[in-house]
Amino acid sequence: MPLTDQRRHAIEVRDLTVAYHEKPVLWDIDLDVPAGVLMAIVGPNGAGKTTLIKAILGLIRTAAGEVSILGHKYKRQRNRVAYVPQRGSVDWDFPTSVLDVVTMGRYGRIGWVRRPSRTDKDLAVKALEKVGMDQFRKRQISELSGGQQQRVFLARALVQDADVYFMDEPFQGVDAVTERAIVEILRDLRRHNKTVVVVHHDLQTVEEYFDYVMLLNIRKIASGPVAEVFNSENLRITYGGRVAFLKPTASADITQSQKPG
Amino acid sequence: MTSVQFEIQLIAILVAVACAIPGVFLVLRKMAMMSDAISHSILPGLVIAFFLTGTLNSPLLIVGATATGLLTVLLVESISKTRLLKEDAAIGLAFPVFFSIGVILIARFAGDIHLDVDSVLLGELAFAPFNRVSLFGRDLGPAAMWTMIVVVVINAAFVAVFYKELKIASFDSGLAAALGFVPAGIHYGLMTLVSATAVAAFDAVGSILVVALIVGPPATAYLLTNRLSVMIGLSILLGMLSAILGYWFAHWLDASIAGAMATMVGVVFVIVLFLAPGRGVAAVWRRRYRQKWTFAEKMLAIHLHHHEGMVDEARENRTAHLQEHFSWDARFAGSVVERAKDDGFVTEGGGLLNLTEAGRALAREAIVQA
Amino acid sequence: MDLLQQLITDYTLRNVALGSAVLGMVAGTLGSFALLRQQSLLGDAVSHAALPGVVIAYMLTGSKAPLVLILGAALAGWVATGLVMLTVANTRIKYDSALGIVLSVFFGFGLVLLTFLQKTPDANQAGLDTFLFGQAAALVHRDVITMSIVGGISIVLIIVFWKEFKMLSFDSDFGKSLGFNMRFADILLTALIVIAIVIGLQTVGVVLMSAMIIAPAAAARQWTNRLSGMIALSALFGAVAGVAGATISSVQSNLPTGPVVVLGAGVIVTVSILFAPARGVVWTWIRQWRNGKRLRMEAVMVDLFTLAAHHHRADYPHDEAVINMMTNITGRSLKTLEALEDRGLATRLGPSQWALTDAGVARVRSILETSGA
Repeated sequence: MPLTDQRRHAIEVRDLTVAYHEKPVLWDIDLDVPAGVLMAIVGPNGAGKTTLIKAILGLIRTAAGEVSILGHKYKRQRNRVAYVPQRGSVDWDFPTSVLDVVTMGRYGRIGWVRRPSRTDKDLAVKALEKVGMDQFRKRQISELSGGQQQRVFLARALVQDADVYFMDEPFQGVDAVTERAIVEILRDLRRHNKTVVVVHHDLQTVEEYFDYVMLLNIRKIASGPVAEVFNSENLRITYGGRVAFLKPTASADITQSQKPG
Repeated sequence: MTSVQFEIQLIAILVAVACAIPGVFLVLRKMAMMSDAISHSILPGLVIAFFLTGTLNSPLLIVGATATGLLTVLLVESISKTRLLKEDAAIGLAFPVFFSIGVILIARFAGDIHLDVDSVLLGELAFAPFNRVSLFGRDLGPAAMWTMIVVVVINAAFVAVFYKELKIASFDSGLAAALGFVPAGIHYGLMTLVSATAVAAFDAVGSILVVALIVGPPATAYLLTNRLSVMIGLSILLGMLSAILGYWFAHWLDASIAGAMATMVGVVFVIVLFLAPGRGVAAVWRRRYRQKWTFAEKMLAIHLHHHEGMVDEARENRTAHLQEHFSWDARFAGSVVERAKDDGFVTEGGGLLNLTEAGRALAREAIVQA
Repeated sequence: MDLLQQLITDYTLRNVALGSAVLGMVAGTLGSFALLRQQSLLGDAVSHAALPGVVIAYMLTGSKAPLVLILGAALAGWVATGLVMLTVANTRIKYDSALGIVLSVFFGFGLVLLTFLQKTPDANQAGLDTFLFGQAAALVHRDVITMSIVGGISIVLIIVFWKEFKMLSFDSDFGKSLGFNMRFADILLTALIVIAIVIGLQTVGVVLMSAMIIAPAAAARQWTNRLSGMIALSALFGAVAGVAGATISSVQSNLPTGPVVVLGAGVIVTVSILFAPARGVVWTWIRQWRNGKRLRMEAVMVDLFTLAAHHHRADYPHDEAVINMMTNITGRSLKTLEALEDRGLATRLGPSQWALTDAGVARVRSILETSGA
């Protein structure tokens, strides 16, 4: 990575506004994410967390705003960005193998029409090893548990060999072992100075897993190091008067209702 | 208008009414394509019942055909329950197979009778008045008219009696089960009605155009109202309208009446789609057009507010920069600024755009409102 | 043998069989994508909607050349697809209703045009109505050539854009995030599906064409978990159904081709859904039955173990009636106990007295351990 990148922000979002039928779903978001942090995006349902990621990645039309990744316009930096969509967004009964799905992470580098090479497959296997799924490479994806599916998606993002990662609820519906494993991978990415942005639902684990956080509810409420901005005042603004959030330790009653099951 | 013309239109109207009533619930329950499956797969039932009774006028034909219609519903449901295929694939598979069986049975064993495939598929309303019923030597009118009257009465009675249950089952089948309304019973009751209606109507309009009359008017009504009772009433009226328009359209072109009725269902749908108050395409466009300007003004205000007094103000708060920032073209950006000036939100001075107090209020309000 | 010889030498039969084979292959290939993208009923809508396209193409050109009619059909099918998508995206009308309206209204309009033409004097429109049910017997060499070229181009495009179409069908958003123009891929694939549908219309007709799109793919999906395998198998199934249907209907009188082809495809689907290894319904039943048996055996063993623990003696004899009461699977205990005896896990100590063997005790311990109790 060029030295200049480290001085710049990994992600810079300016005045990002997204409207659906002229009704705003994200208003005027400014966001700077320094390189090498693990950032959680938290906020209530309908706060626009997924929309924000999709808007940054150019998957939906924005009404206004600019996004730059590592100092340049996003379009020029596509190969330095990886994306993990929500697990539920695809049909897991699709007739394809684990290795095949992970190889899709290489398609961006391969380009139109050309086929994945031996090297691409080898890289995919390596990524599967990293998430502890290499023995499943020939499996059909419908035979995987929720946690395994999530690991496969994670491997697909790892094989993109990016500098900035966007993950949409990677902990949704996974078992405790997988959750641990994913956290380890995230930390490993941070050690290599990668930047990871995670849409996160479980307020209880924010302080443990992440060092940076953004509180979002259509507008940005706050963003910064967890220690500075993840406090009861900001959480109350984010989640509205309905939630009396005091300290993370006293928050079991709130966060439990947001966890599945 | 001759009496034959009058009778044809009367039958057409009755068919439209009979189809519209159960159609409302199919459309609301997102099962519109089930009508397609049912209307095709009644064919083998009809043929087998014909073989058994030897006549085309026996009520057993309606029973047999209705039974195969229900059988299709069951088959589709049990295939999709295996999770091997999605429901739409099951529908798309089941009805051609049933229909094929029917066609083959006719071709092999009934080639010389009136029951030919074209008439099943396309219907021939023009011939309906020639098959008449008489009682004690007195002519009572076309047989099709009496069949359709019976079907309309049954459909209307079913909906009237089970109105509350149908309403709940259409909006929330889980709740209906919890309240003990047996959605399965309602479901199969409704499916029986659809089958019986399709059987009775196919003679007049054919199996494909039954779909137009079952789905079209209710979907059109759905664009006009949120209330179930109004939707039923509107569906019936729109169906009748399509029937009469279709008849005269066909008369004018000397073409298939059923095809013309379906065409008119489409025409009515498109007209409503564009002109429906509130939800029509025209209304939505008009609203979006208006919203586009107010939205753009709000965004401009927020943008200016955001950079007001900041170091980058001189760069950010210019009309020229807006183009780049919002990806607006020059004309649009200019117009937004003009409108904002007219509305008293913005003033321009020294090449810079400045918010007025009202503009600041607009920005703050917009942010809070979101 | 006679039939095989006929297939090679008989001009009509050869055309019919070849045409049906091409149709089946192309429909099978493109149908796989339609099925996986959950657009199964699109085939139904497109094929019905093609009717006015065919008639208008003829009215405008006065030609019944297959390419002209196919183009007209494809255009109408494409417009219909677009209308369905637009209606769903911009109004509160749901997908199923939009499909139903578009297919029946287009078809109705086509019918109006067709009957209008039929009553026009000296119009040479005869033959257009074969599009309703298809008439494989009327296929001539020219038709087969046209179908082969159009179908061949579609299949080549599928191979060329394999990677992109796979990504489009599985995870379109991800493809977009990689910088691929997924809109282009979507439009291209939809266009190919429409083409696959319309080249089959002449053979099986608009009513039954939807089955040719779904059936081979639905059958193939049951046998394999790989996309390439599924598509190859689907093309094969389609071709087999096509050739078989065409041949059977041409040697038997009074058997229309389209319905026979569809029935053939229906048989293939039924067999696949029932008997395909791993996914098939029959195998699932067998698996469930075996599981049920294993679970019953485990339950009875745990009960015997619990009873033994009460008496602090592993070989304490227990009456079958007691076990019956505990397991809630009345009447089946004896069979289960006998099965356990066969496996050396339980032993009969009296006429209806039972106890676990040492092996049985060990098995219960491991069951209880793995279940975390």
